[in-house]
Amino acid sequence: MAFCSKNSRNIIKNLKSKAGLSRLIKQSSDSRYGSCLNKTNPCRIIPLTTLPQLGNPDSYSHKKGLSFCFQRLQSTTSEQQFASLPNGEQNQELDFPGGKVVFSPEMRFLSESPCVYNQCYRVLDDNGQLICNSNFVEVSEEIAVKMYSSMATLQILDTIFYEAQRQGRISFYLTTIGEEAINIASAAALTSDDIVFPQYREPGVLLWRGFTLQEFANQCFGNKADYGKGRQMPIHYGSNKHNYFTVSSTIATQIPHAVGAAYSLKMDKKDACAVTYFGDGGTSEGDFHAALNFAAVTESPVIFICRNNGWAISTPTSDQFRSDGIAVRGQAYGVRSIRVDGNDALAMYSAVHAAREMAINEHRPILIEAVTYRIGHHSTSDDSTKYRPADEIEWWRMARDPVTRFRNWIETNGWWGSEAESQLRSSIRNQLLQAIQIAERAEKPPVNDLFTDVYDNIPSNLREQEKLLRETMNRHPEDYPADVPF
Amino acid sequence: MALRNILGKRFGVGLAGRRPLSTATCDVESGNAKAINLYSAINQALLIALETDPRAFVFGEDVSFGGVFRCTTGLADRFGKARVFNTPLCEQGIVGFGIGLAAMGNRAIAEIQFADYIYPAFDQIVNEASKFRYRSGNQFNCGGLTIRAPYGAVGHGGHYHSQSPEAFFCHVPGIKVVIPRSPRQAKGLLLSCIRDPNPVVFFEPKWLYRLAVEEVPEHDYMLPLSEAEVIRQGSDITLVGWGAQLSIMEQACIEAERDGIFCELIDLKTLIPWDKETVEASVRKTGRVLISHEAPVTGGFGAEISASIVERCFLRLEAPVARVCGLDTPFPLVFEPFYMPTKNKILDAIKATVNY
Repeated sequence: MAFCSKNSRNIIKNLKSKAGLSRLIKQSSDSRYGSCLNKTNPCRIIPLTTLPQLGNPDSYSHKKGLSFCFQRLQSTTSEQQFASLPNGEQNQELDFPGGKVVFSPEMRFLSESPCVYNQCYRVLDDNGQLICNSNFVEVSEEIAVKMYSSMATLQILDTIFYEAQRQGRISFYLTTIGEEAINIASAAALTSDDIVFPQYREPGVLLWRGFTLQEFANQCFGNKADYGKGRQMPIHYGSNKHNYFTVSSTIATQIPHAVGAAYSLKMDKKDACAVTYFGDGGTSEGDFHAALNFAAVTESPVIFICRNNGWAISTPTSDQFRSDGIAVRGQAYGVRSIRVDGNDALAMYSAVHAAREMAINEHRPILIEAVTYRIGHHSTSDDSTKYRPADEIEWWRMARDPVTRFRNWIETNGWWGSEAESQLRSSIRNQLLQAIQIAERAEKPPVNDLFTDVYDNIPSNLREQEKLLRETMNRHPEDYPADVPF
Repeated sequence: MALRNILGKRFGVGLAGRRPLSTATCDVESGNAKAINLYSAINQALLIALETDPRAFVFGEDVSFGGVFRCTTGLADRFGKARVFNTPLCEQGIVGFGIGLAAMGNRAIAEIQFADYIYPAFDQIVNEASKFRYRSGNQFNCGGLTIRAPYGAVGHGGHYHSQSPEAFFCHVPGIKVVIPRSPRQAKGLLLSCIRDPNPVVFFEPKWLYRLAVEEVPEHDYMLPLSEAEVIRQGSDITLVGWGAQLSIMEQACIEAERDGIFCELIDLKTLIPWDKETVEASVRKTGRVLISHEAPVTGGFGAEISASIVERCFLRLEAPVARVCGLDTPFPLVFEPFYMPTKNKILDAIKATVNY
């Protein structure tokens, strides 16, 4: 059966309509492809118009799609070629614009699921002990201790801010409990030049880069010192000096941004990549698919890190997708990918380290699926015991905590101990409580900041609106919060 | 002069006078000018943008071979496929990618093949691009992003090759919406949009791509944004419009003059932020206003202009604000001539308003 590129789709349609592909394929294999010119053979679908001067091989264009036809019509040679293949192995390569495909007479559908689940890379066992024959990227004591301290800091930060919301001191919060290893280990494997596009459950990356506890608190309280000028809900951090783009609540919208940014880095020949994070839920959004496809086509140095924590608010992954997780999708887009135990800080570190090298040196995107569990509720507006068993949550918190696991590893190495532990925890706790107090007492940004930054300059309609608003504020000051300066 | 050379059955010939631009940022008249059409003018603007800024990029579906409307002809050959390239068929990806590129300080010039297909990118435009600077406290911005899309009736476009979606975007603080009426305007406005430090949506009247021919200076020039232009002076009624519709309105103005009605015609050019001052000044002079656009009348941008003018000029108005717009239907094929705001519909409305 000859397939000429332009008409391949027509041919397939025609073939399908003739009661099954296999009959035709069988026919063609019997006829050794010579039947293509036989008018009575249904196989011959190729309109003559696409093969000008069929009788004269020399007149063929060199277009890919036609080259096979040309070959085949040099009758004896090609027939002999096929004759020499063992029966049932009439595999040939065909050139389509979509690529070279290997032809097969056997109708075989690609299975919807793999025979075995995509393997998951881990190097530390559940007790934080190194698994034999594991390969990983070495981490120095200094880095390892910094990683652990940051993970513990993140835990305490989350606990205290969550409490602050419960006490009504901030309006909203969401925790990263259970995903500390993903946050910190990935950040540790990157450099400060790598551009980060977070979802919202990655404050650990910002913490690693040096965002202070005070800066976190300022944003949560939306005070004058908040870099975001009080415009967004708590946890919508952003810091240009840390190359961490501002969080937006919309899911997955950041993923294509990272691709554009990575393309820019490539064009500027920077020794840096873009990194973007999202959850299992985010991978259902169109922006995820758009971004992976664009990244592959534009050959951009971007690392996609999916925190597959099992839940999108109350939606378990079984209601989210039927693929074997996320890493397997990478191949569908032409993106190299890996599934990693997200609760294994060492594995995360190694995978991100390797991904970064490949991304930058080979100008390619990498997809990392970090499997984990969202131990906390989705946010302070959620009570996850409504949709999952409390003992399941507890089990993950006690038995599969990534922070404890890494602590075990560094203690085994003699790099950490219980005194260091209690010192760290009490110190961080005190710093946090102080930061919260300071942030709470601080002034809010002025009303003027309602109108700035909509555009680079304030347009006349906004100037007018500010003027009218101020008149209203003067007439009815009781309508307005006391802590926002006029 | 701008509209004189627009050919075709729908359009008349000649424009009595032209008030020079009051606040041109650059002397448009100086230097060599050649008569070219709209897509060539766009092509020139893109070429200049790519030439003058090594960090400018042009991308979208089919832009590499020149684009379905030839606006990007020759650019890939001249500047290379790293800077002028095809994207996959995915508008949300095109704009999302463009935002990321712009956020890194580049000039990302994205093409959406038809304005009718811009909607998959609506989330990226509204929730991301327009808020990028504001939400970050001005730490980040994607001002280098310009999205170009052909819009408007073309005679045979039907539902999905004729839409005028500008009203959706005019409701989004943080972006600018710009629509040129002619080749010379298009080149200068597009360069301004590209260089403006805010994300801009630039709608190009596809009807005029080949049909509108005008003397366009060959050099690099920019026309100011958010400045409306009075393109015909008059004392009896103010007409406000943008894009291809202006030439229809101009025809109506010419015919109205034969009946002793002198119309002042204003090209808004930038829809948001729009130049209320120029329109208001004109209405204070004439006491009457008529707005015309192809997009459906309900919720169209004419409604915003009308409400604003009534607020600001109520006591000066001699008649209700008139709107001559498309019908509240999907854009039809066979019924296009019935749907469109024609010269005669406008003329009737002018007379009704003047005789109110």
